[in-house]
Formats: sequence, structure tokens, C-alpha cells
Amino acid sequence: MLPKQPLEFYSEALPEVSRDELQGKLIVIEGPDSVGRSTQVSRLRTWLEHQGHAVLDTGLARGALAGKGIQQAKEGNTLGPVTMTLFYATDFADRLENEIVPALRAGFVVLTDRYIFSLMARAIARNEDRVWIEKVAGFALVPHAVYYLRADVHDLLTRVVLGRGAFDYWESGMDMRFGADMHDSFIRYQTRVIRALDRMAKRYNFIVVDANQTPDQIFRELRRSIGKLF
Amino acid sequence: MPLLVPNRHRGKLIVVEGIDGSGKSTQLSLLSQWLRSERIGVAFSEWNSSPLVRETTRRGKKKNMFTPTTFSLIHATDFADRLERYIVPLLKAGAVVCADRYAYTAFARDVVRGVSRRWVRNLYKFAVRPNLAFYFRVPLEVAIGRILGGRNAIKYYEAGMDLGLSRNVEESFRLFQGRILDEYEAMTQEVGFHVIDATGSIEEQQRQMRDITTKELGENLHNGHLLRASQGDIDAAQAAPRVL
Repeated sequence: MLPKQPLEFYSEALPEVSRDELQGKLIVIEGPDSVGRSTQVSRLRTWLEHQGHAVLDTGLARGALAGKGIQQAKEGNTLGPVTMTLFYATDFADRLENEIVPALRAGFVVLTDRYIFSLMARAIARNEDRVWIEKVAGFALVPHAVYYLRADVHDLLTRVVLGRGAFDYWESGMDMRFGADMHDSFIRYQTRVIRALDRMAKRYNFIVVDANQTPDQIFRELRRSIGKLF
Repeated sequence: MPLLVPNRHRGKLIVVEGIDGSGKSTQLSLLSQWLRSERIGVAFSEWNSSPLVRETTRRGKKKNMFTPTTFSLIHATDFADRLERYIVPLLKAGAVVCADRYAYTAFARDVVRGVSRRWVRNLYKFAVRPNLAFYFRVPLEVAIGRILGGRNAIKYYEAGMDLGLSRNVEESFRLFQGRILDEYEAMTQEVGFHVIDATGSIEEQQRQMRDITTKELGENLHNGHLLRASQGDIDAAQAAPRVL
């Protein structure tokens, strides 16, 4: 059953936010790197706007406060794992308070490409404490729906090779040196991320979507499910 | 709930806390000079000084973009960066790391800004627990007098203007510092501060600090557990003090 209004916080209410005034819908698309989330988000946005809904789309590290800082930090070579987690949490809080909550107040559909779950999965994959990061991110609003685009690590690998054609340092978890090279590290790191997300699925009511379907099939499945939220 | 991670490294962590104008920085500087004169390797770390988040903090302050939650998180990010990149490696090397403000500053300030006590204590759970934490207790009026007498305009966030306590900067500063003082006093037992009466003379306070340090770390100060420097190293270190 999907949660009803008013929206709730996971464990810690944000100062100065009254849940009763949040009229919009909060929809999350989650999943590991390269799984095809952004394609779906942009198609969903167009579809929702056709239906007459105003849509805000947002995603990790896109906030006005910390987005640039995170990009710069990732270009350097000194970003530690806890520092990275907290920098992303800062960006998330900024977007939640300054973009998502105002949009929900105004009755928008907020479509977010990843939420606290990726942030937590990356932290857990880097051996940070699960309970710690869950509490840190506890000020997040419980979304109306979380769609988890699930793929296994070999599917991701194929997508990376056929898509960008090269491994990304951070997506390979090279900061932690999980393996001898980008490929080995990617396999181990993404396996850990997927495992962490899988473990959250039940606890956070993820709606699991098989990412190995065609983009059209995935889109139809998402559309069908999202349609029921209104 | 265990507060902070025990320090399992060779080095020792000494922190000072207190409201603005309590004189803690002066005292920490004197303590570190004394430790250096004992040929112990000393390093400094200052609150809110990480180059990694500097631009973000500046942007947020300039445009008044911070909320209590993001203000708290960006300071925790700053802290994590200094801890991961600087403090922990130095502790592993056997240095005495002197920190001017530590997680307790967040426990006081961020709570006054409106985040919950429980949440901010969890936020800093990854921090190394100090071997010694000095709290400089000073009445509000004494600290205010030192600040207002000593320097130029108080800045927006420093005065807690974001809390909307008063439109007058000085009045806001007074109210803000008063509330921070209350939070410090309330946590004194919880975190095990060594309380120094910061109304005493500078010399008397320093004597107390050194006594406590000797009593608590005495064996470590003399058994070669800590990083020892030769005189040449010390001269070089004093010529170029590293502050982060």
C-alpha cells in the first residue's frame, strides 16, 4: 500500500517544515550507475506534463549550494569516504529544503533521479556504518513511491562498455581500490552497491523493476504504476 | 550510546572548546608551544578550515543559503575531511593533534540553530574521541566584552543572525552566544570536559592545562610513545606552522 498524505519523515523532522502543507507527489527512481534511470526520468517528465502535472526533476549533486563543490572535490585526489558521504548529504539536504519541499508545497510532482538510497548504498559499500548513515539521512521525506531499477553487475558492465566505452573512477570505487584495475574494482564495488540496495528494498518499500527489459517496457511499467498515485 | 570512536592510535588528541571570547585558542597555542619544547610532534587543526569545502561554505554564507540542516552538514563535511586526511594519519604517526574546536562545537551551535541533539550527536559518531577535551568556562558578559573590545564587525552567521533572534547584530550575538553557553554547560558531564575557569589569569589557566595534560598523558609524554622530534625539526616546524 502506498503511503497517504501527509508525507512523513523517516526519523527526524526537518526544522520549519510542516508536513500538512506538502500537497504534491514525491516519486523516486533509484538504481545503480548506468542502469538507465535518467532516460526514464526524462520520458516520465514529458508524460506527466502531458497529463497536466507540473514536474520538478532533480538528482544527486545538482543543488545550488554544494553541487559545484562536489564536482570539484571529485576532480581532486583527496576526497575521503566519510567526507564524500557527508558532502552528498549536504547537497541532498539543500535540494530537499530548497527545491523539493517548496515544489511539494506548490503541488508539483517531484521526480528525483536517486534519493538517499544511493547515497546510503555508496556509504555502506565503502564500509561506513549502516545505522549511522540511515540516521544522518533520517530527515528525508518518505516518498509516495520508490522505483528500483534493478540489474546485476554484469548487465551494468555491458552498459558501461557499450555506452560510454570507458570506466569512471568513482563509479568503479577506485577511491577505495576494491580491485587491481578499474574493471576489477568496478565489479566488486558495484556488487556491494547492488547488495546494499537489495537489502533496502523491503525496509523502504521499493517497487523493484527489472532493468533488463527494453526502455519501452520499463517506461510502460513505470507509467502504469505511477498512474495509480493520482 | 557510545559517543565518538575511541582513539586507538599512538598519537593523542587534545581539543579546546568554549564560546567566542573564552580565550581557548590562546591557551591551546601556549600548550602546544610547551609540548614542542618537550620535543613532541604537535599538529593543529582548526574548525571550519578544510580547503575542500571552503568554496561551498563561502557561497552559502555569501548568499545566505544555509538552513540549520545544511549548515550542520557542511561543517560535518569539513570536519570529516580534516579528520580523514589530516588528523587520523597524524595520530597514527604518533603526533599530538591539537584541535581548536571539535564535534562539541557542533553539538552546541547546531542545536541552538534548531537541529536535534540526538541527530547531531549521531552525525559525528565517526569522530575520534579526544584524549583530553578542555572547556573554557566564562560568563557571557566577560566573553562579550573581550569580543566587542577586540575586533571589528561581527559577521552575520557568527552573530547567529540567521536565527532571527534580534535585528541588532550585537544583541543577536549576545543571545546566540548565551544559548551556546547553555548547551556547553548542559553537555559538560555527558562528554567529560576538563573545565577551566576562563576568568582566571592566562598564566593560571595555562598552569592548570599543563597539570591536567601531564596527569592524563604523563606516561605517554615521556615513554617515547609519541612522535619525538629533533631540535632541527622543531625549528623548521615553528618557522612554518601548519594550520588546517
